[in-house]
Amino acid sequence: MDDNRTNLKKQAILELIGQKGGKSSACLSGDWTLSNLTIDASLQKNIKQAANNSHLHWDLHSVNVLDNATALWLWQAWGQSLPAELEIKPEHLRLINKWQSQTVPDSSSPGFSVALTANYLAQMMANVFKQFLDFVTMLGQLLLDIGHLLRHPGDIPWPEISITIFESGVRALGITALVGFLIGIVLSYLSALQLKLFGAEIYIIDILGLSIIRELGPLLAAILVAGRSGSAITAQIGIMRVTEELDALSAMGISHSLRLVLPKVAALTVVMPLLSVWTSATALIGGMFSAQNTLDISYQQFLIKLPDAVPLLNVFIGLGKSAVFGLMIALIACHFGFCIKPNTESLGNETTNSVVAAITVVIMVDALFAILFMDVGMP
Amino acid sequence: MSQPDAVRMEHIWTRFADKVVHKDINLTLPQGEILGLVGASGCGKTVLLREIIGLQIPSQGEIVVMGESLKTISSSHGKRLRNHCGVLFQKGALFSVLDVFENIAFPLRELGVDDEEFIKRLVFMKLEDVGLSARDAWLKPADLSGGMTKRVALARTLILEPRLLLLDEPTSGLDPISSQDFVDLLSGLHRDLKFTVILVTHDLDILRDLCTQVAVLADQQLVAFGTLANVMANPHPFVQRFFHNQRAQRVFQYQPQAQPLPSSGTPHG
Repeated sequence: MDDNRTNLKKQAILELIGQKGGKSSACLSGDWTLSNLTIDASLQKNIKQAANNSHLHWDLHSVNVLDNATALWLWQAWGQSLPAELEIKPEHLRLINKWQSQTVPDSSSPGFSVALTANYLAQMMANVFKQFLDFVTMLGQLLLDIGHLLRHPGDIPWPEISITIFESGVRALGITALVGFLIGIVLSYLSALQLKLFGAEIYIIDILGLSIIRELGPLLAAILVAGRSGSAITAQIGIMRVTEELDALSAMGISHSLRLVLPKVAALTVVMPLLSVWTSATALIGGMFSAQNTLDISYQQFLIKLPDAVPLLNVFIGLGKSAVFGLMIALIACHFGFCIKPNTESLGNETTNSVVAAITVVIMVDALFAILFMDVGMP
Repeated sequence: MSQPDAVRMEHIWTRFADKVVHKDINLTLPQGEILGLVGASGCGKTVLLREIIGLQIPSQGEIVVMGESLKTISSSHGKRLRNHCGVLFQKGALFSVLDVFENIAFPLRELGVDDEEFIKRLVFMKLEDVGLSARDAWLKPADLSGGMTKRVALARTLILEPRLLLLDEPTSGLDPISSQDFVDLLSGLHRDLKFTVILVTHDLDILRDLCTQVAVLADQQLVAFGTLANVMANPHPFVQRFFHNQRAQRVFQYQPQAQPLPSSGTPHG
């Protein structure tokens, strides 16, 4: 009765016995399970070798356990037919016979075809168009929400805005300061080497001031925030989709846009210029530190010369574009968050897409600002 | 030749910080039985199941699975033991990045099987066993209904033909028809493959139609263990409330199938 019950320590055993008259036989005993079979590679090899001998007598009477997978494996080793001489328990024979009648559906890939490629491209274009449409819809809804909040200031979600300012701004102070400081040192050090050649050491202040305040500070802060907070926002909204929190909000009649998108957009639009000033300041400190060590330009000299080298308009350009960076990062992060489907693959893909898209858009906006304000703020 | 018990628990205590979840639990389950583990929500049924799987270690006591103590088992034996234990999680736990075919084939590939023809034949057979068609093999888990997800998860669990099957609320979230289908399916597979099953459930129909043994957890202890009839006669207040309320009475009075098989399970301790 307990034939099929097992002890884990039992092995699958194969004995090849030569008999008188030149007839030899393969005796199988023990537990013939897939687990036992895969543990012992030599067993598989020996069975396959033995199966090549079409006159071999197979004795499976002493097999205690034979599972479906091993029955299939033996049947395949025998060339998908039963050996001429086989002794086997009826219940085990049933397992092997089951495979003889099985039909396997064709699962071969359809291969390359023009129609399939065209279909793939059409789907890709439709997807891009849908993404664009969703983004514009979200933007439109955001404008409507802003209109609503102007009429009903009591509905402004202050707690959500405050939390996002803390998470995306305050908690990013450390990393932005470190990166800014190090970039300031690197930039100052590399520029100093070139300026020394021409005896134009004093221009280090112009180079550092203009490049950091107008370009590098806002850009570095934006890239860090896109990677740090953008991905977090996308994943957070995506998880809310997976756990049906978004549906719960809808069921309660609460607008996703008002409660989720707007606070993040508002918070990042406020936080980004502040982080940009902070990053620029730490980068300038790093630059000053390096300039003093490599070019003997004192901190005092650096600070006195800086306002002359960098007109105030550059600070405003930096602040303005930082606000736009923050707005775009939040919008893109929210958009990709809502694109997430309830599975782990989608969560990973959309979070990656969100960060890549945010950084790309930040650089595109930066280029646009550079062209639009080409003649503004130059000393 | 004597066979080891499927599961033997000796003096199991589980504590989470100051909270005691299990207090001196003893249980012996022979191979071939279907044990239904019941108890109030939050009483530690799933924790006990996780301890049998080896995902959690009890604070005190010993668990012996298929003759191997989880305390002293070596890593190679542990891996082998896991091949003999199939686990069906409450929500199926299918890998969402893989389609149905690859989900079912996953344990085979992990075992080192690389013969694609072999894998294909086995996977399609298991799909058929759990009542799914070959067309379903290319669906992603996100496209499956609750019942299909459970079936695919069961196919993945059964692909290595485990000797011990652990199911965490296998019919939760299923409609009555799918739930009954699942019970019939499990019953048929148990008849063919003769594995041991431990299932955590609140479903009285499963206890009536499928389980050969019932264990009741209450007050951090195993308060009743045995056949359904024996357990129902237990005077413990929780057992009385659980099995003798109006709803339970309606379920147990309606007998569409034969009574559960006579059992050889024995509580001890």
